Amino acid sequence: MQSSDETTVYVAKPAVHDSAHKHVAGEARYVDDMAEPAGLLHLCFGLSSKPHATLDGIDLDAVRAAPGVVQVFTAADIPGDNDVGAMGLGDEPLLAADRVLYVGQPIFLVAATTRDAARRAAKLGRIRYGELPAILDIDAARAKRDLVCTPLTLRRGDPQRAIAQAPRKLASRMRVGGQEHFYLEGQVALALPGEDGDVLVHCSTQHPTEVQHVIARVLGQANHTATVELRRMGGGFGGKETQANGFAAAAGLVARLTGRPAKIRPDRDDDMVITGKRHDFDIGFQVGFDEQGQILGVEFDYAARAGFSADLSGPVTDRALFHCDNAYFYPHVEASSLPLRTHTQSNTAFRGFGGPQGMLGAERVIEEIAYALGLDPLEVRKRNLYGATERNVTPYHQTLRDDLLPGLIDELETRSDYQARRAAIRDFNARSKTIRRGIALTPVKFGISFTHTPYNQAGALLHVYRDGSVQLNHGGTEMGQGLHVKILQIVAETLQIDPAQIRLAPTSTGKIPNTSATAASSGADLNGMAARNAALAVRTRLAEFAAERSQVPPDSVTFEPGFIRVGGEAIPFAVVVEQAYQARVQLSATGFYRTPRIHWNRSEGKGDPFFYFAYGAAVSEAAVDLLTGENRILRTDILHDAGRSLNPAIDIGQIEGGFVQGMGWLTTEELVWDKQGRLRTHAPSTYKIPACSDRPRDFRVHLLDRPNREETIYRSKAVGEPPLMLAMSALHAISDAVASVADYKTCPRLDPPATPEAILNAIERIKP
Amino acid sequence: MPQASRQEIRFLLGGEVCIVRDATPTTTILSWLRDTARRTGTKEGCAEGDCGACTVLVGRIEDGNLVSEPVNACIRFLASIDGLQLETVEDLGGAHPVQRAMVEHHGSQCGFCTPGFVMSLAALKRTNPQPTEGEIDRALAGNLCRCTGYAPIVAAAMAAQPEPAHMRLDETIVAKLRALDDGTSLSFRRDGARWDSPRTTDELASLFLAFPDARLVAGATDVGLWATKLTRDLPHLIYVGAIDALRRVEQVDNTIEIGAAVTYADIEPIFDGLYPDFARLIRRIGGAQVRSVGTLAGNVANGSPIGDGSPALIALGAELVLRRGDERRALPIEEFFVAYGTQQRWPGEFIETIRVPLPAATTRYAAAKIGKRFDQDISSVCAALRFELVDGAILEPRLAFGGMDGVPRRAARAEAALQGRSFNEAAFEAAMLALDQDFSPIDDHRASASYRTRVARNLLLKFYRELAGETATRLEPDAYVHAIV
Repeated sequence: MQSSDETTVYVAKPAVHDSAHKHVAGEARYVDDMAEPAGLLHLCFGLSSKPHATLDGIDLDAVRAAPGVVQVFTAADIPGDNDVGAMGLGDEPLLAADRVLYVGQPIFLVAATTRDAARRAAKLGRIRYGELPAILDIDAARAKRDLVCTPLTLRRGDPQRAIAQAPRKLASRMRVGGQEHFYLEGQVALALPGEDGDVLVHCSTQHPTEVQHVIARVLGQANHTATVELRRMGGGFGGKETQANGFAAAAGLVARLTGRPAKIRPDRDDDMVITGKRHDFDIGFQVGFDEQGQILGVEFDYAARAGFSADLSGPVTDRALFHCDNAYFYPHVEASSLPLRTHTQSNTAFRGFGGPQGMLGAERVIEEIAYALGLDPLEVRKRNLYGATERNVTPYHQTLRDDLLPGLIDELETRSDYQARRAAIRDFNARSKTIRRGIALTPVKFGISFTHTPYNQAGALLHVYRDGSVQLNHGGTEMGQGLHVKILQIVAETLQIDPAQIRLAPTSTGKIPNTSATAASSGADLNGMAARNAALAVRTRLAEFAAERSQVPPDSVTFEPGFIRVGGEAIPFAVVVEQAYQARVQLSATGFYRTPRIHWNRSEGKGDPFFYFAYGAAVSEAAVDLLTGENRILRTDILHDAGRSLNPAIDIGQIEGGFVQGMGWLTTEELVWDKQGRLRTHAPSTYKIPACSDRPRDFRVHLLDRPNREETIYRSKAVGEPPLMLAMSALHAISDAVASVADYKTCPRLDPPATPEAILNAIERIKP
Repeated sequence: MPQASRQEIRFLLGGEVCIVRDATPTTTILSWLRDTARRTGTKEGCAEGDCGACTVLVGRIEDGNLVSEPVNACIRFLASIDGLQLETVEDLGGAHPVQRAMVEHHGSQCGFCTPGFVMSLAALKRTNPQPTEGEIDRALAGNLCRCTGYAPIVAAAMAAQPEPAHMRLDETIVAKLRALDDGTSLSFRRDGARWDSPRTTDELASLFLAFPDARLVAGATDVGLWATKLTRDLPHLIYVGAIDALRRVEQVDNTIEIGAAVTYADIEPIFDGLYPDFARLIRRIGGAQVRSVGTLAGNVANGSPIGDGSPALIALGAELVLRRGDERRALPIEEFFVAYGTQQRWPGEFIETIRVPLPAATTRYAAAKIGKRFDQDISSVCAALRFELVDGAILEPRLAFGGMDGVPRRAARAEAALQGRSFNEAAFEAAMLALDQDFSPIDDHRASASYRTRVARNLLLKFYRELAGETATRLEPDAYVHAIV
């Protein structure tokens, strides 16, 4: 295994995204850019307009008669199981059969000769509904207490007693809004029929294997009849972990039933109305603490809007609990989840996967304590951080093996000039009538590994051709995060060849079977190791061959950039490869990896679910308009732990992008459903993700350059999700600015999203 | 005198003449590019002109020079670029300085929005080789990126070298565009729908009189969505953007006359000198792609209760010149808005000109909009106030709001509370109280009724503070960028 101080040629270096030149030239192909095969059918779903109703009549005569329509499909046409759910629980039909469970649920599927014809026809269905009472928000769902899956409770110690005996205590609740993924490339799938019932589906998905299994399930066929392939996605963020299933299954179904190629690319509005989002939460807590602000005991309940089906709501709400501590030690703790069924879209994975909502609960506890005691929230944060050798056990009984945060926070506090700026802001606020400013530092500790332990495995397939060029497959998918360039660097490092000599083939279930979703920030950790293992297998064979040929010991053969050094002779890589071929040495290998050591017992709420933790902290400064609630993030400083970064340029991109995406979630991005259960914010005209001018104008991002203490790929750390949660600093900075109106005596209880309206409400609520 | 008409759409694609005979009136530039021309570098992200993934450049001759403006290909009809130049990402070739800078600065992640950003930046750098961060923000307000957080894109925009001379073929393009124009106007029918691009106002007037059910269209920043989002049939479109006379802005006595085809981008610098708050407002309408084609007259004619142009113009005391055939009449703009969805306009009648009075030395004007996001967001509330400050007294106040009722309209009681009062906070406080009797706004996904009521009041106070000289009261990214220390 590579040691942490190994000198490297290709990894741990900044390198541009492998597709960057194609991105800027418009040459990078996405599924909808592929040449359309002759006879292609374009598909469009007909959607429910009621949140909860029986389907008493489906009259599709007008749909069938519409120009260009070739065929219309309903649940009755599905040869296999009518279930596209991630969990296979039978709670997520491809097409609703006898009842609908949310506005936007697909009821029928139109196949037409053009996309426009399919869209127009899909509006002509005449559905007779028998309306039933609908549960449209967390409050109503809590009253009904209908859960989509088994909830989780984490418990350590005796929090009830600790709180009862604490010198200070308080209890409160908060709301946390959901979030639409808004991947720029919408959902899309193109299915090509083959022989013997086979289908090949090109699909924008983070989880080709699940899509494959779902297509096979819907067709009532074996998994080997479906192949799912993709080159890249135009963004995923969790929104294509399970949500591609229905679209791909629809395309696969039509291709199978008609023998014609079929494509579905929903309009943005349909995409947003059909697919699930980040869960909104209602979080309650009681906390006991001492006069210094140290937490003695805490109880949380995390109620989440799961939507109409289970999807990933179980694991998402589990992860909310795994992060109810964020970076803080709770001597006594109990946290429980409530994944509530509602008649709305089925909420799903989204960067952070429940973790962000979990942490917001912890940070609100800190904020409440700070205002109760008149302390700087940063001081309260520091007093509650996990310790190195004591106070280092999480609510799920995992003992932390490292403690980077105290040093990281100190360094960031200094770098960002936090104390002086905080004082200057207080001065400014005393003089400013309309605009107030605020500042906050918030930390992040994020557990790395799928909490579903079996997912922590990966495979790779590497071919070396006779000219020394290499083709590589791995199970991960590229959605912009730079996974492929990192894998290229890893394989280049292992074989000591130029990355330009290596070509990554599209991700395909036909090449790497039984893959895990590219999710949980694990893409490079898992697939990087698998790819390295595949490359090592070939490297070992080449070394043994070269050693035998030159009659030297195998361990004297070394790999240098472009060459293999054998007994003092530097032979070009391609020459050794050709010689090896002539000698009938296998030049192809698979690689496999599984994460060591992790285990998790959900029923007991105990285990070591995470291989390691990634850390970071951010300081943000905000300005708020007291008259309108408008706001702006003026400066953000970040110090983030990516271990020994595989590619600092890519990782900084992940940090900046994750921060701004998190900032959008906590500020401008608001999902609104009306009383009829219709999502009113279903397009970028009504749902506002950050625009260019919303980014912190002064944005200073640094990596904490410290190798991972665990044996990860080149001692790097996962970086996909953790930075999103650094955006908590923006919310808390706004909150700090708001608090100025009550002379910092009252906790503003500013619930996200902190829209201008939410901010003005908080101002009005607390101002004397 | 009607011009000879022509049925095929002719334009320059890059530098080559392109003749299209099979498009319908509602074929968008984007669908033609992707489905017919197979130029797939231009992407569809939203099909409503909000994300900018489909940004292309449309070139036209202005004062003898080539002007290339960014446009949302997803909602602009192909027929509207008849006689113009269309440039897509493919035309930049891959080694354009903006493309190089985007690679070097890691400006792409998933890459889907990237061609749109590249085109917006190429347009910016042609007119402004050394843009400030604020100018970059404004140029990119209509391009959404979900991956990068924008910082590397802004860095690329700052760093990109000017377009080298050999890549600029402006004179050739101008010559080719001139050669393309044989004086004919585009008029065609396909799939049961008709398109007309009259070249003169008289021609427009007689066409619209003959076909009063036709839909007039300029930038199509709203009508485009009727096609892409509502899949609505639009049997007859008459395009006003090919009429040079309607694109003029002229000063006549104490009035500025704004032609019906004048875009936000055209008028913004003019207002910047006359009513800076109106220009500030315009800079927040849509993105550059919308402002380059969307027209002030279209914003008014559309009758929307949430258009920002209307309250700003009502407060100014603007007048509409409505034309029907050869008849013209002038109408105070507030009388145009009768009720939600109903305007004071006869069949076959159209807005020819908007007349805006010039400010006097005593004129005070303020305008602001409120949205969830600073840039490119439809207002929950838009407010504008004009009055004359004579010997310390407020005279002739005109206070108008959008987003507070089914139509944009004046606040009569609040105006009464200001009329004749000394210019001080007490007068505005009285107006704030009176405002509650002027409006009963509604709850929707943009804001609650109570927020609208409160923020409308607070905007009055903000206007007072600003007009009284308090500085730094707004969070514009340009004006307000610095952290403390």
